[in-house]
Amino acid sequence: MSFSHLAHTLFPPSVRLPDILLIDVGLVLAGLGILGLLTKTRRWGWLWREWLTTVDHKKIAVMYMIAALVMLLRGGIDAEMLRAQLAAPGAHFMPASQYDEVFTTHGTIMIFFMAMPFIFALFNAVVPLMIGARDVAFPRLNAMSYWLFAAGAILFNLSFIIGGSPNAGWTGYPPYSELLFNPGPGENYYFLSLLIAGMGTTMTGINFLVTIVRMRAPGMTLMRMPLFIWSAMVTSALVLFAFPPLTVALAMSLFDRVFGSSFFTLAHGGMPMMYVNLFWLFGHPEVYILVIPLFGVFSEVVATFSKKQLFGYPIMVVSILAIMFLSYGTWVHHFFTMGAGPGVNVFFGLSTMLIAIPTGVKIFNWIFTMWGGRVQYTVAMLYQLAFIPTFVIGGATGVLLAVVPADYQFHNSYFLIAHFHNVIIGGTLFGLLSALYYWWPKMFGMKLNEQQGKWAFWLFFIGFWVTFTPQYLLGLKGMTRRIYTYPSGLGWHNLNVISTVGALIMGAGFVVLVFNLVWSYVYGERDLTGDPWDGRTLEWSLPSPVPEYNFARIPVVHSRDAWWDMKQKGQSLAALRPEDVHDIEMPKNSPIPFLLGVAFFVVGFGMTFKWWPIVIVGGLGIVLCLLFTGFDYDDHHHLQADTVRQSEASLGRLQG
Amino acid sequence: MSMPAADEHVQHLPIEFANEKESIKITGFWMFLVTDILIFASLFSTYAVMHNAVAMGPSSQQLFQMGPVMLETLLLLTSSFTIGLGIYAMRKGQARALIYWILLTILLGAGFVFTEIHDFVSFAAIHATWHTSAFLSAFDILVGTHGAHVTFGIFWAVTLLFQLKKRGITAQTARKVFTFSLYWHFLDIVWIFIYTFVYLNGRIG
Repeated sequence: MSFSHLAHTLFPPSVRLPDILLIDVGLVLAGLGILGLLTKTRRWGWLWREWLTTVDHKKIAVMYMIAALVMLLRGGIDAEMLRAQLAAPGAHFMPASQYDEVFTTHGTIMIFFMAMPFIFALFNAVVPLMIGARDVAFPRLNAMSYWLFAAGAILFNLSFIIGGSPNAGWTGYPPYSELLFNPGPGENYYFLSLLIAGMGTTMTGINFLVTIVRMRAPGMTLMRMPLFIWSAMVTSALVLFAFPPLTVALAMSLFDRVFGSSFFTLAHGGMPMMYVNLFWLFGHPEVYILVIPLFGVFSEVVATFSKKQLFGYPIMVVSILAIMFLSYGTWVHHFFTMGAGPGVNVFFGLSTMLIAIPTGVKIFNWIFTMWGGRVQYTVAMLYQLAFIPTFVIGGATGVLLAVVPADYQFHNSYFLIAHFHNVIIGGTLFGLLSALYYWWPKMFGMKLNEQQGKWAFWLFFIGFWVTFTPQYLLGLKGMTRRIYTYPSGLGWHNLNVISTVGALIMGAGFVVLVFNLVWSYVYGERDLTGDPWDGRTLEWSLPSPVPEYNFARIPVVHSRDAWWDMKQKGQSLAALRPEDVHDIEMPKNSPIPFLLGVAFFVVGFGMTFKWWPIVIVGGLGIVLCLLFTGFDYDDHHHLQADTVRQSEASLGRLQG
Repeated sequence: MSMPAADEHVQHLPIEFANEKESIKITGFWMFLVTDILIFASLFSTYAVMHNAVAMGPSSQQLFQMGPVMLETLLLLTSSFTIGLGIYAMRKGQARALIYWILLTILLGAGFVFTEIHDFVSFAAIHATWHTSAFLSAFDILVGTHGAHVTFGIFWAVTLLFQLKKRGITAQTARKVFTFSLYWHFLDIVWIFIYTFVYLNGRIG
């Protein structure tokens, strides 16, 4: 391969646009700056010991959250670029080919590399603490999940500086993603990065399901689990059942492109529709993977800030389970227009509408929890209050889309775009931000400034409605999704301008949010009690931030809202007697998860460009990691009781 | 579910379940098998959809030979029996017998993989590759994924032999052998479905 050919493969014209070159320079400078800073402050050993090799669920949570916030920035910039291009008819903000890339990366990043890791950050931060456990069931596997996610995310983001971004939409449908019509490495990046990150996600699902089923504190029966634990369990089960079809669909597409098979090709009898079916067999449960954890968050937040037990707990559990089962029977509603016939379409239309029932039940239960309570308007609670009407409207437009004849009009229009942003931002993002403000003290040991948080909240909330209300109208006026530009005179201009203004308001909200995080990290009110919200569940019984071993003594649970119950009875976990503390077995740090992530990244990068020597090197790395971990019996160590006593004493939690 | 309750029954449990930590890993492995079942379910459904999409290539009636498939079935089903006997020996604490049963399982599995590769090479010789048609793509990936699982299982079993030789039957090695046996039985069950729905059904049409 000649040098010029190599240069053209790695840096085709699509990555030599002025804005991308500017970002290249920025990334190189930032990278050098970070390397320099680590060297100057002698932090390399610290980075390796405390973070890269950690298996502690609390630190993994922090890494997931940082990654998710960075990806929120990236996906958000993509969104602003899309809105800039659409603000005026016939605009030339960017070329059409780049527009295709930007809407593809916006969707893929927001769903797979922002929302998913953010949710897993919450699981990691809270689930073991809420059930009274010292870690997840498989701590090393948990770290592997994180590094596989990181490898996938880095590989995906590499595409826009080396080789060119994917451009077939976040769904990657053939024939758009087929080699014949889409040469170049972009779609290879897409399939490989999602495969690698998807493996990590599947392992996370297994891990949390087993953790919740097997590792709850004594006395915490299923019907005493906090609702967030129920939602984490149901989400994990959904991951288990949803990701395999995606893995299969992605692998087959990759084989079509890289190894010349004929699954979804137009030639040789391939069937693109099979990809669409497999993708949405994953994709619809994925929608609930994205929102059910936040139903859990809202159930905790609303009870805490209304100072009441959650209304209708058993009904909440039943409806969350009903949503889980129903979500597997609705995937065809994503392609009613592809001609499956009236019988099939009606079945899937009805099953979709049915989901509105358990969801509606949950909405009423949240409202009744607030009813007669002493509602505190914290930022976490404001997101809850914004979520309820937003999600109801998003759900209602979803039911409109489920009406099959009407869908033939709405399909792939901006009405659809507005609908799913309505539920994903109104449900998922508002929920994530609510959780961020609620659990931040537990994760980092300080409260986020409420005043700044309220500014960010109002900018997000108002910005959201200004952005997406016009998009419903645009959809009804016939504007279809993924169009790069439009002529004037269709009546679309003013609405698009309003929508772009809304996107800028949301962007301002993000800036305030980041300022809030940084400001509070430096100046924020330290959480000295460990229970800043007067909480109800076990994580608030621990100091903030939580010591490595979580619980010096595993608590015994006697009721729902275990910590609230203990406080009512005047009990505390903070008054340990020295003889209650014993040696604690803790998982040992390991470099294997990090190295495994590196090896998978190398395989992914090599396969994207079909450079087989690189693939073989990475493959050998994977084999070595697996062999090492298979023969490694030295995976835990004992924290001496004295060490734990000293640590608890320094936190003021030991008697005598 | 909770630890104190489990302790009372410890004596009655087989060695691989006796330690709480190891027993949790077995639960985890069952969950992994759930995802693997769904991988195969997706591959089977793809095969069902693409069975008749033969394009210009051979159909299943023209292609499949039952001779090698019968041999593969015999080898794999027997290997499932031998690993079962291995677990029986393990629970009686007979480390030597366990090692021999695993060795025999590996040999039978290798015979299966060898026969399958031979079969695939003969298809390739008449240009029936997965480039030819969607049917062959779906067939190759379904049967190939199963074959790759068996191959991986063989290497896994080899690493277990080394661990058993060094450590004997402990709570940890027993759990590892037990999860391997679950994996192996699972592949056997998948093969029964492949034999029925792919090969037998493919011959009939």
